[in-house]
Amino acid sequence: MNVLELKNLGIQFGGLHAVEDLNVTIREGELYGLIGPNGAGKTTVFNLITGVYKPTVGSIFLCGKDITGKPTAEINRAGIARTFQNIRLFSEMTVRDNVKVGLMNEYPYSVFSAILRLPSYRKAEKAMNEKADKLLSIFDLGDSADLLAANLSYGKQRKLEIARALATEPKLLLLDEPAAGMNPQETEELMSTIRFVRDEFKVTILLIEHDMRLVSGICEELTVLNFGRELAQGPTAEVLRDPRVVTAYLGE
Amino acid sequence: MKKKLSPAFRDKLVTSGIVVVFFALCLILTAAGATSNQFRGLIVPIAIYIILAVSLNLTVGVLGELSLGHAGFMCVGAYVGSIVSLLLGDVIENGYLRFPIALLCGGVIAGVFGFLIGIPVLRLRGDYLAIVTLAFGEVIKTIVRNLYIATDAAGLHINFTAIADMDLDPDTQKIIVNGAMGISGSPRDSKMWIAALLVLLTVVVVMNLVDSRAGRAFMSVRDNVIAAESVGVPVVRYKLLAFSVSAFFAGIAGVLYSHNLSSISPSTFDYNLSIMILVYVVLGGIGSIRGSIIAAALLYALPELLRALNTYRMVIYAVILITMMILNNNEKFKGKLSRFSPKTLLDRMKRKGGDRI
Ligand SMILES: Nc1ncnc2c1ncn2[C@@H]1O[C@H](COP(=O)(O)OP(=O)(O)OP(=O)(O)O)[C@@H](O)[C@H]1O
Ligand SMILES: [Mg+2]
Repeated sequence: MNVLELKNLGIQFGGLHAVEDLNVTIREGELYGLIGPNGAGKTTVFNLITGVYKPTVGSIFLCGKDITGKPTAEINRAGIARTFQNIRLFSEMTVRDNVKVGLMNEYPYSVFSAILRLPSYRKAEKAMNEKADKLLSIFDLGDSADLLAANLSYGKQRKLEIARALATEPKLLLLDEPAAGMNPQETEELMSTIRFVRDEFKVTILLIEHDMRLVSGICEELTVLNFGRELAQGPTAEVLRDPRVVTAYLGE
Repeated sequence: MKKKLSPAFRDKLVTSGIVVVFFALCLILTAAGATSNQFRGLIVPIAIYIILAVSLNLTVGVLGELSLGHAGFMCVGAYVGSIVSLLLGDVIENGYLRFPIALLCGGVIAGVFGFLIGIPVLRLRGDYLAIVTLAFGEVIKTIVRNLYIATDAAGLHINFTAIADMDLDPDTQKIIVNGAMGISGSPRDSKMWIAALLVLLTVVVVMNLVDSRAGRAFMSVRDNVIAAESVGVPVVRYKLLAFSVSAFFAGIAGVLYSHNLSSISPSTFDYNLSIMILVYVVLGGIGSIRGSIIAAALLYALPELLRALNTYRMVIYAVILITMMILNNNEKFKGKLSRFSPKTLLDRMKRKGGDRI
């Protein structure tokens, strides 16, 4: 089954075609890479998929359902979660609470049961805490659960963003430069974490990355963007051998 | 082994403890006749300003939206509460029965006003709420300044021109709202202990709300709206919830206010009052419920208690304000202060005990 389909997708900012005529199909369970030089339009594609921007043309399908133009929160509830290139955590909240925001739609209870501390509140909170701590331990953040997110190191903040996104139980996870600012050893760890997440959570992953070792190491398929347009598409090894891709990167 | 209290729970316990101890002391000292007239007169207003500050903090500190019209919601509560009490005055003689109805009506109607104002404004990003609430406060004040309500044998009369235009039956007439003169003769139902209970209620409700999925949703909106949306938080719905609850409690404070004085006038509920409440919130620490409580109590009571010093009163008050502001924003000072917090002291003692074994 196709988890994500982008059809003829495009957006203009003023006169600038930030993304143009983009067609991408991602199958269930795939680890898919979106690469390209700076300013190619990669983050814009994420913003289109998650409804932060509305496309000027084209459409977006999640598991066959048209989600084009839907509000961001609704798209998340439909099954897409993401991380951000410039980390966007809830910095004045604890690490655990960051994850619990992501869990809120899964464990609902009414405002009254919160105010009156009814059993439904206690039950849901307990389940949420357990789930949050499980997620945090996967990302080695168990010891930091009670810290403010702002006080985490850069690498840990990136991991927390992934944990928070996974808390919403997405079908499709979008990672925007997850290895940015990490040293080679951290990147190595991240690669195995991403693989683990894909297998453990049965989630399809689309990631943007500049680190070619990571891309060639874990991505099965690639789309290369250049000036908002598709430059190449296909299995990773083939695409990276494509002379046009090599030129685009060397010419940078 | 003893069950460990979660830090959030301990925090709430301390905050409600402060409220309980403070008001219990006030009530006991008053019952024992150990308080001065002046001090007794301060207790209900202190309760009112604590409720106002705590509820405004929900909007400003927890949700992260600036509101400059808190006095407007208080005004709605004060008027609705008094009108209800005066209309019910002949039907329900018992104040303990009547007052809860007045409180509920004042709070709910203020909350509804909050909700209605929030619907168009809270969809927008940016400080539009500040502008609209500022206008709301002024509009409400102007409306009630021109509002006349009276009853007589023929029933209820409402207009926006003058009592004289109503052709009231002179034998049975009863003026309830008298334009710029406001409302007089509200029953003095705001007993000290009722005010104290309402503070406790406000504080517990707000703290429980903040420590729940709704509260986390508020804070996620404050910290990063885009991220909040990306994890499925229905942002507008939660903004409306926080803002309406905040207005509801401002309404409750208004009812307390109008039932504490023999008369209220529209000019009380002006921009300056909204700003004063905001000052309490900011100086108490944005987002800190306990800070709002302490700041509201201290900063309201101080100028009153300093009245004896006359000329220097405002100077001393200004110095205290500035000092609080500086200390509040000083990381070094906060670090120093936290060394003496009960938690750190306890931790230190535990560690010492552990070394010995
Ligand atoms: N909201 C916006 N308004 C105007 N222009 C925009 C907006 N968002 C993105 N752009 C432009 O669209 C182009 C693509 O930007 P985008 O952030 O998608 O690039 P990117 O491929 O993610 O680059 P990088 O690798 O540096 O992150 C850039 O020229 C950028 O300036
Ligand atoms: Mg980018």
